[in-house]
Amino acid sequence: MKSSSDLTDFYYKKLHPTLLELEKRRKQLAHRIIVIFILYSVMSLLFITSFENFFLSGDNFIFALFTYIGVGGALYKYLISDYTKSFKNKVILPLIQALSKKLDYFPDNHISSKHFTKSKIFTSHPDLVSGNDLVRGEIDGISLEFSDIHAQKRHKNSKSSDSYSTIFQGLFIVTEFNKHFKGRTVILPDTAQSNFGNLIGNWFQSKNFSRDSLIKMDNVAFEKEFVVYGTDQIEARYILSPSLMDKLLHFKKRSKHPLSISFVGGNVYLAIAYNKDLFEPSVFHSLLKYKIAMEYITTLHLAVGIVEELKLNQKLWSKT
Amino acid sequence: MSTPFIILIVTGIILVLMYNSLIAKKNQVDNIFASVDTQLKKRYDLIPNLVATVSKYMEHEKSILEEITQLRSKATQPNVSQSDKINLDSKMSTALGSLMIAVENYPELKANENTMHLQRTLNETEEQISAARRAFNQAVTDYNNALEQIPTNFMATAMNYRQKELFIIPETQRENVNVKELFN
Repeated sequence: MKSSSDLTDFYYKKLHPTLLELEKRRKQLAHRIIVIFILYSVMSLLFITSFENFFLSGDNFIFALFTYIGVGGALYKYLISDYTKSFKNKVILPLIQALSKKLDYFPDNHISSKHFTKSKIFTSHPDLVSGNDLVRGEIDGISLEFSDIHAQKRHKNSKSSDSYSTIFQGLFIVTEFNKHFKGRTVILPDTAQSNFGNLIGNWFQSKNFSRDSLIKMDNVAFEKEFVVYGTDQIEARYILSPSLMDKLLHFKKRSKHPLSISFVGGNVYLAIAYNKDLFEPSVFHSLLKYKIAMEYITTLHLAVGIVEELKLNQKLWSKT
Repeated sequence: MSTPFIILIVTGIILVLMYNSLIAKKNQVDNIFASVDTQLKKRYDLIPNLVATVSKYMEHEKSILEEITQLRSKATQPNVSQSDKINLDSKMSTALGSLMIAVENYPELKANENTMHLQRTLNETEEQISAARRAFNQAVTDYNNALEQIPTNFMATAMNYRQKELFIIPETQRENVNVKELFN
């Protein structure tokens, strides 16, 4: 697989003509968006002031504000939709193909919510799962798929409108594991131990009834970063060999975001909470900016590189 | 209800909880040791086959093979105590380790499919044993901690519980044996 710096070269050299063309469109688009939004805001303001008496009461004003934001958001999405489409086809797709020819890209699809639920990483069941940028294929004969996911839970309000809260937003990766196992092992970011210290944190962890039993690992750095729950004390350690624990720690450091992992039904699930929609084109910053470019490149490289990083392609065991 | 009576009940509940937690910890150790034992047996079952295949080719390593056979017959006798099993396991791991290194010197062996298969199976069993050992060590550490920590230590002394022995995991075994490297 190409290294991250090779991919950066590819972005700036091979994709340069495309980027310049997109950059031109981006500038026009940014200009158009600003003009349209000034017009939109002025018109909304005029509308509100002409019905001043109606909007003076608190409830109606808040309603107007939400409508303004909602319509504005939809308008923005509509304005950038063409640009987004070309960006994904002309930049993200070539980047993925540069990493591996065996990967397919579906800009409008996402990982099925079945996978999301099956992973057992999250205890609450999502009512609304959305997402995009699905990548599916294989690396070294190991099947791999990942996408942006936004899973939300619905809360019934006393009024007719429901509100949603986010369970997870970020990158969700599904791949195969190279050892046989029957049970369930879930690895979560360790919030209790870092918030309450070792003694009380440990006690909280062992009293988590929505999870399987707590499994204490024999790697101090790993224990500090993660908490492990599982159905089988021995199997969890069979999966989490000392070397895999080190690799996961390294992966966590590279991802720079909260990482949860689970091993269920022969698969490995990884959820990296970026808390934003990934692989979207930047509208108000240049596509040629190093920081913007690196975000696309490192995220893709991280996701596609998981098989190599965790050595999932090593078939040392009887599983073939 | 009078105050002394309430104190008596609370003390009683605390004692019962302490007693139960100690019992649970002791049983957890025994439980996991049973799994270690199963895995160890699995490995001992592989050994005759391995020795038979390897001995056809190996000329200079007769002593290792003899040691392995002897260790195996000791370990598979009935009524071997927990600590003896732990000792025999660590010796066996060392012996098998040196045997696998010796295989390196025999190209015919490396080309043999049967050895290859045995190697893979052995490797997987080793991984499972290592996982079971680590689980056992954690359970024993929890148990031993309870034996030393206040307040459970008083209860443990009263119950005549003794500290248990840990498996010693050699540094070399903390890494996965790379069969590919061994055979290439």
